This record gives sequence, C-alpha cells and structure tokens, in this order.
Amino acid sequence: MTKRFWIGLALLLVIPGLIFTASCAKKQVKSEPGVTGTESTGAKRLEGDAQARALEEERLREQRAEMAARQKFQNEDIHFEFDKSGLLPEAKRILRDRAKWMMAHPNTSVIVEGHCDERGTSEYNMALGDRRASSTKSFLVNVGIASQRLTTISYGEEKPLDPANNDEAWAKNRRVHFVLE
Amino acid sequence: MKRSHLFVILALFVILVVCLNRPCQARVYIDINAPYLRKIPTAIPIFKDMSGGQPHSQLAKTLSELLTESTDFTGFFKILDRESFLEDPQEAGLVQREINFKNWTDVGAELLIKCGFKYNGDLLEMELRLFDAFDGRLIMGKRYTGRQEDKRRIIHRFCDEMILRLTGHRGIFSSQIGFVSTTTGSKEIYIADFDGYNPRRFTDTGTITLFPAWSSDGKWLAYTDYRHGKPDIFIRHIKEKRGTVVSLKGSTSITPAWVPGQFALLASLSHEGNPSIYLLSGNGKIMRKLTRHWGIDVAPTLSPDGKKFAFVSNRSGSPQIYVKNVAGGNARRLTYEGRYNTSPQWSPRGNFIAYVGLSKGQFDIYLIGAEGQGPIQLTQGAGNNESPTWSPDGTLIAFSSNREGPSRIYVMNANGTDQRRLLILNGEQTNPSWSPRLTGY
Repeated sequence: MTKRFWIGLALLLVIPGLIFTASCAKKQVKSEPGVTGTESTGAKRLEGDAQARALEEERLREQRAEMAARQKFQNEDIHFEFDKSGLLPEAKRILRDRAKWMMAHPNTSVIVEGHCDERGTSEYNMALGDRRASSTKSFLVNVGIASQRLTTISYGEEKPLDPANNDEAWAKNRRVHFVLE
Repeated sequence: MKRSHLFVILALFVILVVCLNRPCQARVYIDINAPYLRKIPTAIPIFKDMSGGQPHSQLAKTLSELLTESTDFTGFFKILDRESFLEDPQEAGLVQREINFKNWTDVGAELLIKCGFKYNGDLLEMELRLFDAFDGRLIMGKRYTGRQEDKRRIIHRFCDEMILRLTGHRGIFSSQIGFVSTTTGSKEIYIADFDGYNPRRFTDTGTITLFPAWSSDGKWLAYTDYRHGKPDIFIRHIKEKRGTVVSLKGSTSITPAWVPGQFALLASLSHEGNPSIYLLSGNGKIMRKLTRHWGIDVAPTLSPDGKKFAFVSNRSGSPQIYVKNVAGGNARRLTYEGRYNTSPQWSPRGNFIAYVGLSKGQFDIYLIGAEGQGPIQLTQGAGNNESPTWSPDGTLIAFSSNREGPSRIYVMNANGTDQRRLLILNGEQTNPSWSPRLTGY
C-alpha cells in the first residue's frame, strides 16, 4: 500500500517534470542552431551558406520568372483582322494563358486597351477599339476572371505601336494590349 | 473681351446703306442650291485712296487683297485679273454716274466691286459698292468706320452683306473652324477663323482630344478627351469657364453632335455594352437611348430640323450609314456602295449627307442624297480625305487630307471644286468642325 503510494507520488511528480523538461528541451532545441552554429566546423558553415545562397537564388529566380511573366503579360498583345473585333484562335490561346496567370495572382487587375491601325476614320476606329477590348474582356470573364478585375479602354488609332504606313505595321497596331494595374 | 467687342461693333461700325439711286431689287444672282454653279466674273479694282496728301498705297493693296481673297473664298465668283482693267482706280469715281460700265463689260465683268478708303483722324473709313456691270446699276453700297486693325472684320462684314444680297442666304464670314492639332505634342482643339486665319489653342489637356462639335448657337463646344484616363465627353462654354463632363465607367464616349436649336446633343456611349447612340441634355444628363443593336453605332449627325439623324453602324457586317428618326422607328440603310462608309455630316441645307468612303484603298469624301440619291465622289486621287464638315450656309465643305504628307485641313466647294489648304501649323491637323454663324463677331 505504502509502496504503491510512493510510486504514485513519484509518478505524479516525475511525469509533469518530464513533460516540463521535454517542453523546455524542445524550446532549447529550437534556439540551439544559433548557439551551436558558432561552434560548428568550417565545413558545416559552408554547407549552410550554400543552402542560403541556393534559397536566395531560388527566390531571385522566382522573382525573375514573376517579372518575366508580368512583362510577357504586358508585352504580348493579341491581334485582330482589319475592321474586326472577333478573337482569332491564337488570341484565344494567349488569353487562356492570361486567365491562368490571373487566377494564380488573384490580387491583380488589368487594363484591357483596344487599338486599331490608322486606316479608317478616327471615330469608327475608336468604337472598333472599344469592341476589341470588350470582346477580350468577355472571353476572360467567360473563363472565370471576375469582371471587376478588368477595365476596358479604347484608344482607337491614337496610339500606334509602329507608326509606319504598311501592312506589317498595321497588323501590329490592330491589337489589344494589357496593362497590370 | 466680349464687352469691348460689342462696343467696337456698336460704336465704330457706322453702317450707312447708300442705295443712292433707285431702290435695289431683291434679285437672286446666285442660286446656292444649284449643284453646279457658274462662277460670276467679277472685277475688284484696287481700293481708291481718298485721303488726299500722302498716298497709302500699301494699305490700298492690303485691303484689295483682303476683299479679293474673301470674295474668292465663297467659290461663287471668278475674280478677274486686274492687269486687264482699262481704267486707273485712283482716278476713276466710285459712284454709279461716274462709272463707265462699258470699261467693265469689255473685260468680261458681270459684277464690279468698287471701293475706297480714307483716314478720318485715327479711324479708317471705307466705302464698298457692288454693281451689276451689265445693268450699270448699284446692287448695294456700304460705308464703315473702324480702327485700322478692324479692317478684316469690316471687309468680312461687307462680304456677308454682299452674299446675303446675291444669294438670299447668310454667308460664312462670321464663322470659325475648330480642329485638332498635334502642335504641342498632345492632341488639342484649336479654333481659327473660317479662312484659317488666326488659329488659337482652345484646350490644354496634355492628352488626346478629339471630335469637336459646336452647338447651333455657337456658344458651346462638345468634344472627347482623355484627361481622366479614358475617353469622356466634355461640354464646355466657349467664352466662360464652365461646363460638364459626361464621365461613365467603361464607356467610350465619343462623337458628340448638337441638336439644332436645342441645348441637347447626341453621342455614342458604350457604358451599357456596345457603342450606341444616346440623346443627352446640354448638362450631360442621359435622356434616352436612340439605337439598340449588338454592333457599333457611332458618329451621329442631325438633319437641320432636328427630327432625323444619320449615323454609322456595322450591323450589316461593315460600317455603313443609316438614317433614323429621333422619335424612334426603324433605321434605314443609306449607303450600299463600298465596304466602308463613315463620318456622315448632314448638310445644314438639308438635301445631302457628306461622308467618307473607302474605294481602291483610298478614303475619299462623298455626297449622298438624304433619300439615297447618288452618291457622288468629291475628292479623288489626292491622298486620304476624311472628316467632312459643312460651312453654315451649306456651300463649302472642310475636311482633313494627307495629300501633301502630314494631315492638314482643306476646304472645297460643296461640288468638290476648288480644293485648297486652309492653314499650316506644326504637327498634324485633323477633325475639322465648322461653326455656325457666330453673333457678337
């Protein structure tokens, strides 16, 4: 009976003590690397630096990729036929990529600019640019992008990418351009 | 500025009708409704210097050139070469009994404009008389007094009276032309006199400004600008610094056109989806949607009675011009030739609509009857020609053209003849818009 009492008492004291020391030890372990680091060998230090560098490079690479993706997003226009605002297959492909990117970056919003080539009259081109921006926005909304993340604006023939007066320039200028807000 | 203008007009222009002999008959010499006018051979000898003393031969020449250019601008007259004239203008008299009309009919003149001037202190006095050389009869005569720097206004005032007498309609001499120029690097609206004289900048947006449109009382200008980062319509009082902006989220707000005689306008807006024509109050409030269609509806222009409007729609698959009643009903397609017809402008005389059409890769100005008669082509083989705008009397059309390289403003008679450049500024000039006759001019 007394034996049992003593064992019970010991357990009562020891278990919380163990738990206490264990949790303390855990805490100690957490703060340990900083302390033990100073005592570690040179080889170990190098290994740590390499790891940090790798992490940093990874971070930079991701940042660059992110920048490149943003750049691509803004630099890669979609193009249209003369006097048309319908989306070509290539434009749809690009827009699906755009939509994926926008879904992965839910905090972005985008200005969708509609542009025309210089041929035709400025007022009709202004309306045509409106239609191009609008059909682009509709496509993105249909594949799941929230409409309030997309603002359309028409510049008509007012902001040509290539001011030359030939087929090549005109083809470049009939575009929807994206600007990340 | 306004007040001093008025003062000058009231105080300095002493207008004396000097119908000295029998009263003038209201004969119409020029029918401005005729599609092809025969230009009337007209003699304008050098102004006679009646001051005495030191001759003002330079001023005589300046005034004569001013009158000749202004008269010629209308397209109604064939101005005869002074070299062929038989008499010395400084010797010959200015009144009917002193004129040997045979001297004028012999050189082919049917009309004769005899003028003289003299200094009265600092003021300049001018007498201008228009004669029928065949009948040997005074048609009208005017005497004006003004400051030297008012000479353009005096001569234009005479020309306005002369055109009214010869055609029965008010002329263009108190009108102005608004247009867009890239002179400063941005697109701004400028205003010049009807003949391109004295261009001055009206907007300072530092961005893109387009589509100027005058209210029919000449007091307001509506236009589109990107000052707020998107194309909004601005409605601005020309002389007072006040107005409205029609700011609609997601809208391409363009091509305002005033309703004749009302403080209201039509414009193309796209805030509800596709660009459609709306009726707005002059305060910028949307009153009514006038077109309902899936496509583009843009560039409205009103008939002179304000009951109908023409506009551009691509509802048939390509931009074409349609006509519709403001009150409602169906839109009627007006243009069938060509795959690209835009920029309609209804003549203030009601019979015709000028527009831009594409043919053989070139944009040109055409004219079509309001019921679809025609069309006839007005410009041809001289670059691209766009943005027609009618003079307030419907006899002239201004437009933009890149025929000489950069886009400039040109003017022609409504039948396409006498195409000439109006002015040159640095940069390019587009989007001309002719004002109505302006009061307080």
